[in-house]
Amino acid sequence: MDSDLSSQDRKDLDKFIKFFALKTVQIIVQARLGEKISTCSSSSPTGSDWFNLAIKDIPEVTHEAKKALAGQLPGIGRSMCVEISLKTSEGDSMELETWCLEMNEKCDKDIKVSYTVYNRLSLLLKSLLAITRVTPAYKLSRKQGHDYVILYRIYFGDVQLTGLGEGFQSVRVGVVGTPIGTITLSCAYRTNLALMSSRQFERTGPIMGIIIDHFVERPFTNMAHMHPCSYRTPGEDEGGTYAGIEDSQEVCTTSFSTSPPSQCVCTVSQAHFKTPKPALMATLKVPLMGLGVSQQLYSSRLSYQTPALGTVDLCHPTAFTAGAHPHQMVVPGKEGGVPQVPAQPNHGTAAEHGRIPSFPNGQSPLPAQPTSCSSEVKTVFCDALETTFTRKVGAFVNKATTQVTTTSLDLPFAAFAPRANDLEVNDPMVHPPPSPAPSSPLQGSLHSNSSSHSGGQPQDDFVMVDFKPAFSKDDLLPMDLGTFYREFQNPPQLASLSIDVSAQSMAEDLDSLPEKLAIYEKNIDEFDAFVDTLQ
Amino acid sequence: MNCRSEVLEVSVEGRQVEEAMLAVLHTILLHRSTGKFHYKKEGTYSIGTVGTQDVDCDFIDFTFVRVSADELDRVIRKAVAEFKDALGNSGSDGMGQISLEFYQKKKSRWPFSDECIPWEVWSIKVNVVNLANEQERQICREKVGEKLGEKVINIVEVINRHDYLPKMPTQSEVDNVFDTSLKDVQPYLYKITYQITDSLGTSVSTTMRRLIKDTLAL
Repeated sequence: MDSDLSSQDRKDLDKFIKFFALKTVQIIVQARLGEKISTCSSSSPTGSDWFNLAIKDIPEVTHEAKKALAGQLPGIGRSMCVEISLKTSEGDSMELETWCLEMNEKCDKDIKVSYTVYNRLSLLLKSLLAITRVTPAYKLSRKQGHDYVILYRIYFGDVQLTGLGEGFQSVRVGVVGTPIGTITLSCAYRTNLALMSSRQFERTGPIMGIIIDHFVERPFTNMAHMHPCSYRTPGEDEGGTYAGIEDSQEVCTTSFSTSPPSQCVCTVSQAHFKTPKPALMATLKVPLMGLGVSQQLYSSRLSYQTPALGTVDLCHPTAFTAGAHPHQMVVPGKEGGVPQVPAQPNHGTAAEHGRIPSFPNGQSPLPAQPTSCSSEVKTVFCDALETTFTRKVGAFVNKATTQVTTTSLDLPFAAFAPRANDLEVNDPMVHPPPSPAPSSPLQGSLHSNSSSHSGGQPQDDFVMVDFKPAFSKDDLLPMDLGTFYREFQNPPQLASLSIDVSAQSMAEDLDSLPEKLAIYEKNIDEFDAFVDTLQ
Repeated sequence: MNCRSEVLEVSVEGRQVEEAMLAVLHTILLHRSTGKFHYKKEGTYSIGTVGTQDVDCDFIDFTFVRVSADELDRVIRKAVAEFKDALGNSGSDGMGQISLEFYQKKKSRWPFSDECIPWEVWSIKVNVVNLANEQERQICREKVGEKLGEKVINIVEVINRHDYLPKMPTQSEVDNVFDTSLKDVQPYLYKITYQITDSLGTSVSTTMRRLIKDTLAL
């Protein structure tokens, strides 16, 4: 099959696939940085814009992608995946989505590589731009910063979707057929993000301690799979140029021909291209939150380095502390009213997305972590939140508003008076227990046909130990109301309401009517006399 | 060659009409625009670069991507504003349809005028709802955002079927296929039309306007 493809075409195709993969990663990661992306159109081709799209190259991302690819290309059985996950400031993480670039064996031999495939790959990148703004992780990523951050990981090989939880959805971005296989780009995303927001406000169980069941999936075992995200060997200079820059930043100066379609002139030339790194970094230095975000993306891995990189350790916490510091303290503040006032308003609906639902573990000596940065942040949280925590507990516990000495007072509902330390939830006055039996004998007798009075069974179902009827006191009568009630609870039924009458069917009733009418007509004089006596 | 026709339906609140239409139209145009062609000798051409930008909606929880071409944005906004006004003024129960049609021009001999042959038509049916209170509006913001997300996925699905697209034209024919009047990008020739469904619900409207956008630059 490959023999049908000319060597030039094969080379071009490989190049297209390689740069397509790199641009795909750039688009996905940039869409999760948390800020709006904007690039300019240029009518004169500069030659450095692959697929005729202005997509900036973040050097670190390119480096990571190239490292993951390790000189190979996405191919059949070798998929390139970009995993996007969320990490809270307490260290819990959750996979949000996985973007997969795969290839299958279905080949399209007749397709023109340098023309149709190239244009279709360009179209696919545009579709990717649109779809990355549509999946749920986009909204989360726009609100990242103080409570959580979004991280990425690139891997090559088999697609792993188990971390996305149950019921994850898939969206296919598009397919492009090539002579060596069909390229498919898709995204699998977690749907039960709502788990995070609903759990925030669940205060049932113990408030103290980490709510470990915060996320459905293994909250901490995921950490193992995040580490390789961008682990770099110590000693590598993070501030300098990346190794990736040194290989040729290949330039695509594709030109197309409009003469008979069979003739396609495509020149793809290589040129060493010095990426203007400072300018690129500058575009990411948007407001503080954005800075914190972009730092977090990069330093998610840098944070696992040895302390040799002192500058990074200092930088990282500033993303949280400078200016945004009060933010972390305000997490439960919306409910409880913490003394600190937020420095920056949250995004409108940040409450349901960005909030940390759980309080950190009450123990202050945190386990030693390789990340000095994150432990610092944890301490901040720990101290700040403990104060509010105790307030919260107090709010529920000390609800003794009506401390009445009930025993001394001769109150009708003495038995139901609120007791100290009784939670409102259990207060029978607020939530009266459902009681099917009528509460007074009077009410009972009105339900002449109700089954509770036909047999006398209810008395057998429960035993009233100490019955204190309402508005009744022990007085001079030998029999109190309670006793009276118990004795006369199930009186026998009245004869006129006896069963045999009601057992008669309607049809029989109707049949007997004429006879009854005949009798009444016969005795009409008697009835008239009776009526006269009444008047 | 048959014209491909796609229909999308959205239900939105009055103030969301504009942004919803912009989101859908720009998403389609993103895929149906290329960089400017620069023809060189011997029939070869190179293509300019298309930039993109994210646009946040104010009344909908949604962000869409459009090409970075302010002229194109102005034209689309003008068309959408006219549609919105027509919807508002029609006195109907808020139902209308805006169509984005991509066409090719076929030169005819004199005295016949050029033919416009559509090859893809996107129709977006709009149903305007009235909401009673702020809580409903908040829910609507989110719901419409989700719906628009679904529409974007539908659009991408259709486009990625790679069905018919006009052949890349020679320099002399480029204006029969592309709109070359803009300086930043070059969308396929398109026109936007709309119609308002009258209150009886019949599909043919009483007011029909055309916004024709084609170039006869040469």
